[in-house]
Amino acid sequence: MAEEAITDAPELATGDGVRRRDFINLAAVSAAGVAGVSLLVPLISQMAPSADVLAESSTEVDISAIQPGQAIKSIFRKQPVFIRNLTPKEIAEANAVPISSLRDPQTLAERTKEGKENWLITMGVCTHLGCVPLGAGEGEIKGEFGGYFCPCHGSAYDTAARIRKGPAPKNLEVPTYEFTSDTVVKIG
Amino acid sequence: MSFPWAHEYTPSHPFMKWMDEKLPLPRLVYNSVGSGYPVPRNLNYFWNFGFLALACLGIQIVTGVILAMHYAANAGVAFDSVEHIMRDVNWGWMLRYAHANGASAFFVVIYIHIFRGFFYGSYKAPREMVWLLGVVIFLLMMATAFMGYVLPWGQMSFWGAKVITGLFSAIPLVGEPLQQWLLGGFAPDNASLNRFFSLHYLLPFVIVGVVVLHIWALHIPGSSNPTGVEVKSESDTVPFYPYYIAKDGWAMGLFAFLYCAMLFFFPNALGHPDNYVPANPMSTPAHIVPEWYFWPFYAILRAFTSDFFFIPAKLMGVLAMFSAILVWFFLPWLDRSPVRSGSYRPAFKKFFIILLIDVLILGYCGGAPAAEPYVMISQIAAIYYFAHFLIILPIVSSIERPDPLPFSITEAVLGSDEQAALAPAE
Ligand code: HEM
Ligand code: FES
Repeated sequence: MAEEAITDAPELATGDGVRRRDFINLAAVSAAGVAGVSLLVPLISQMAPSADVLAESSTEVDISAIQPGQAIKSIFRKQPVFIRNLTPKEIAEANAVPISSLRDPQTLAERTKEGKENWLITMGVCTHLGCVPLGAGEGEIKGEFGGYFCPCHGSAYDTAARIRKGPAPKNLEVPTYEFTSDTVVKIG
Repeated sequence: MSFPWAHEYTPSHPFMKWMDEKLPLPRLVYNSVGSGYPVPRNLNYFWNFGFLALACLGIQIVTGVILAMHYAANAGVAFDSVEHIMRDVNWGWMLRYAHANGASAFFVVIYIHIFRGFFYGSYKAPREMVWLLGVVIFLLMMATAFMGYVLPWGQMSFWGAKVITGLFSAIPLVGEPLQQWLLGGFAPDNASLNRFFSLHYLLPFVIVGVVVLHIWALHIPGSSNPTGVEVKSESDTVPFYPYYIAKDGWAMGLFAFLYCAMLFFFPNALGHPDNYVPANPMSTPAHIVPEWYFWPFYAILRAFTSDFFFIPAKLMGVLAMFSAILVWFFLPWLDRSPVRSGSYRPAFKKFFIILLIDVLILGYCGGAPAAEPYVMISQIAAIYYFAHFLIILPIVSSIERPDPLPFSITEAVLGSDEQAALAPAE
């Protein structure tokens, strides 16, 4: 009691008006605060994709058997990829669309590799909420615009897999890929 | 906390006296669900649904903890472990059906409980906090049920997880990383299944905690009642024990009868056959729908098919869906009528019925395929839904002329109240 009265005595608090105790208090609480907040880093980032998930192997696909008008589904990062061999008619349809009328304006040429305009390679993941659109498998409906149709909430894509109707905001994503030979593509 | 005429806890047994001094738990029970808690004498059956909700939570926790003893949260074996529960574990089929149908029963009960609140103005002062905590419980329930449905790792589980976490990808800039963070990958997989199981086990106990707060907040003013007139004197109330314990017990019996009928005779009526197909990331089922209790909100999500001013359709749908529940948080301040009970509000009563029908229509559309005419109907119904809360309620509460209220609960029940004669004329 007596001791406290001395340390807290007003005489000692004069001068610049800052008490030693205030400083220690502030420093201790700040240090604890910073330490507490920094704990959030591991707690939050542990939920992000782990190293094995991120170590996405690239996929090589043999496309020699895909006839014009046909498509196959392959897998990249545990998600479907559509590899489609467009017919000249489908290419013409895609090129006939005025770019300015599109929700996500892109030409077919921008979405394919030069000289390989017939190979439309996209993720099979609807840009709305992620369902697999129909249209790549044999006999599946292709929707109003002849490309893909997502049954979940009715998004329709055209023959360049561009969004034309429904709630999806973007064209089907084109993953990074390259042709390692005339008949093999390497995705990723 | 309670009314002055509440019975006082007076332990007579020496052990109970000793206990009362060291840890007055029996006193707490006596004062909150025993003879020491006076409750309005005129509560109707809609007031049983709070108790039934608690019973459902109990059923889910008991059956859930048991299922977790036999279930394996690994994408490679989760589906098979649920089939193992169904075929090999003693009584496993019953426990799993009890849990799956228990979730449905829980939502039936909670929707009635919520609409009871809408009609009788239970959200109004002095019970705003009770209401707000209730909305929090409902949000936690939705999260819990969603993650539970992912656990069997069937087709609907997988695509439900994909579509619902896809909602977050609508958020500008951070959306896509956020979705990957939630899933722990680019698509639902083992990491997602594991964390969903962990949280599905945790959240029900968080709900228990919020339920305690909900009841604590309720017991400060005490229950409302069908007249909405506050308790005035002892003749307006009866003690919770034995009166309402008995009535809740009777309601529990009726509930158990219906629940068992569901469980033993139609266990899959509310389920989806596609969920008996193992998850396949390569193909989406032709018609994916969430569980029935999400349908009204799912219909609102799908109602936005084209961009709305600068906001893309996808983001708009997500915002609308969440707002449909968040708007409940503002209800105590949107409905300004001083009269609580819908029974005395002629105009409000009609709009309440229309809202009920509107939500049923939304529910129907949410379960239907995403095609016309359902999309258009959902759009109209979604607009009406928001108009009810944001426009109709404030206007009705300011222009409506309520019917005369009874002087007291006693008068409403018995036709007269001697207190009324003593009170100064109003
Ligand atoms: C708020 C309470 C709860 C709700 C609304 C709820 C809801 C659900 C739902 C809808 C399912 C999917 C049922 C199916 O189609 O098979 C499920 C599964 C499961 N739940 Fe719960 N649950 C709750 C509490 C709990 C608790 C407390 C535990 C464990 C401690 C638990 C453990 C499980 C397990 C292991 C499964 C997977 C087995 C199965 O699919 O039947 N649940 N839950
Ligand atoms: S996920 Fe494809 S339209 Fe919604």
